[in-house]
Amino acid sequence: MKSKPKIAIIKFASCDGCQLTLLDAEDELLAIADAVDLAHFAEASSRLDAGPYDVAIVEGSITTEDDRLRLLRLRDECRWMVTIGACATSGGIQALRNFADHEEFIRAVYATPETIHSLATSTPIASHVRVDFELRGCPVDKSQLLEVLSSLIAGHRPRTSTESVCQPCKRKGTICVVVAQGIPCLGPITQSGCGSICPAFDRGCYGCFGPTVQPNMAGHSQGVLLPRMSERDAVNLLRGFNAAAPSFQQESVRLWQITQTRDSTR
Amino acid sequence: MTQSNGEPRVIRVPILTRVEGEGALDIRFHGREPTEVHLRIYEPPRFFEAFLRGRPMEDVADITSRICGICPIAYQMTAVQALESIQGVKVSQEIRWLRRLVYCAEWIESHVLHIHLLHAPDFFGCASAMELAKQFPDEVKRGLKLKKLGNQLLEILGGRAIHPVNLAIGGFYRLPRREELDALIPEFERGLAWATEAARWLAKLEFPSFESNYEFVALSHPEEYAIEEGEIKVSDGTAIPTSSYEEHFQEVQVPHSTALQSRRVATGGTYFVGPLARIQLNFNQLTPHAKTIASEIGIDPSCRNPHRSILARAIEVVYAFEEALKIMKRRAWPSEARKALQNVMAGEGISATEAPRGLIFHRYRVDETGKIEFAKIVPPTSQNQSQIESDLRQLLPTIADKQDQQIAIDCERLVRSYDPCISCSTHFLKVNIARDGLRPE
Repeated sequence: MKSKPKIAIIKFASCDGCQLTLLDAEDELLAIADAVDLAHFAEASSRLDAGPYDVAIVEGSITTEDDRLRLLRLRDECRWMVTIGACATSGGIQALRNFADHEEFIRAVYATPETIHSLATSTPIASHVRVDFELRGCPVDKSQLLEVLSSLIAGHRPRTSTESVCQPCKRKGTICVVVAQGIPCLGPITQSGCGSICPAFDRGCYGCFGPTVQPNMAGHSQGVLLPRMSERDAVNLLRGFNAAAPSFQQESVRLWQITQTRDSTR
Repeated sequence: MTQSNGEPRVIRVPILTRVEGEGALDIRFHGREPTEVHLRIYEPPRFFEAFLRGRPMEDVADITSRICGICPIAYQMTAVQALESIQGVKVSQEIRWLRRLVYCAEWIESHVLHIHLLHAPDFFGCASAMELAKQFPDEVKRGLKLKKLGNQLLEILGGRAIHPVNLAIGGFYRLPRREELDALIPEFERGLAWATEAARWLAKLEFPSFESNYEFVALSHPEEYAIEEGEIKVSDGTAIPTSSYEEHFQEVQVPHSTALQSRRVATGGTYFVGPLARIQLNFNQLTPHAKTIASEIGIDPSCRNPHRSILARAIEVVYAFEEALKIMKRRAWPSEARKALQNVMAGEGISATEAPRGLIFHRYRVDETGKIEFAKIVPPTSQNQSQIESDLRQLLPTIADKQDQQIAIDCERLVRSYDPCISCSTHFLKVNIARDGLRPE
């Protein structure tokens, strides 16, 4: 892009953590604000310029009809759309409702459910509109977010790794928590980008960057999870911040069905 | 006021800016009197309390963390403490210090963010901190350096600044590395000096004159400035055991908001939580240096002006740096990262802590297999929401003669001074202004 790209940062259902990652780029923030036109960034600025935008950076998932319509309007107003974080790329933790009775969820939290308007599912942005680039993570990683922004400024596609959590974990020299401590870990099937933090803190990966490319889900369950935990606990582990990412979802449903079949034959 | 054409006067702020999450303001006037003042939270509900049911209790800290990207430690700490009370786990004093340290890191990161990036631009007519940096480059950069220090401490103790991974029932998954904390001590010495300079810079601000007769509510602790534990204290002198929180404060649902709102049961009235409440109730437990700076910049327990909350935050940043340094310099070290649970116990437990934005309360019930049966989470913003609306009702008649756009700006400033955290009020926050003869509801 020749002139400063005009950028909108837009939020749907989410915790704000992914756009906060940009404000957490303390050393780079002022330079970024000079290099791009942050035309609509409500969390950081009262200046809210109308579209069209060169790029919309979108956080959050679609959980209400109003938000679905707002997204469709936004897509018409932006040339490129980049989604950031687990909510926007897979539906986020709130996609747990996809597996349960939504009406029951509303009643559990609110005394007068009829004033709450909410869809039965939480869905990623790409389920509704064309998305040009997805950045994973719950939350996204700061250096990956900066890579996305500098790519936009330079006018090329961002380069982010699709290897699994295990590779950087090995390179860091962390002793494998599965092998050494028998802790169930989603590292082999989860995309890297977080810095393989959890094993470095003596706990198993809980999958916040979502599935890696072509994960061997059944093999992972058989070899890594089920020797160390029940199917039910494995279902919970897979149903975390990327519960509705297709590979995680299919495997958690498969394991759930195993438990149901077993219960019914008892 | 009703406009000359007979149409009600309606003022709307469709998107509150420089606040965390999605809210709006709806205001409707009949004459000079505001008939409808709705802080409308349209942030979609995310049903955390519902989907915690059936999950292993070990998941609760990781999941509730995702309620808010700015104050995840508040959620994690309150959750693990409530669950520890059910399991009869008492953590060692050394673990408690490290937990207080990670909470100080969150206070620094969150308060400095609000002071410099969200609130300060209001006092200089700037839309953002990026714009403010053109007038005050050194001050904004100093703020960013302070924020970075809070985040660095969070990374050492929690693995990452947003949604840290290290708090566990019984302690931590892994103890922080002593040498990493030691290396941060000189940085924090410098940080304390910067925090002190930042507080002095803010003393020069001009504050709107608004005041109200608040009931302040905060945790209070006999031996320290309450952060991660204490009993509830009210500014009218009432002391409430944390375990009786729900007998004294109740959440109600209102049609215009996806956030539940809290009221004090004894009076039916609103109450105020957050830094100003803590300064009010626990001032004497600040460090001598923090107290000296407080008197120098003009903030003390007599303050009833919510706009001056920025000074309360600045003093708490000074305090958090001093407290963090004190803990980092301690040589006593935990003998183990966490206490292993012997037997899982069924039961119910609560915890309350002081999130950066104020009192946060959690209650959980766990079954005999360690699965969550029931969860209740009361974040600070849903407690402040009614107070904010009450403040706006008091403010509006005094500014009714102004242009709609200026009224909207004045109202938004007042809302922002509370540092509302809208994603926190998961259950639902929003500002629009209307003017007619009809009462809402």
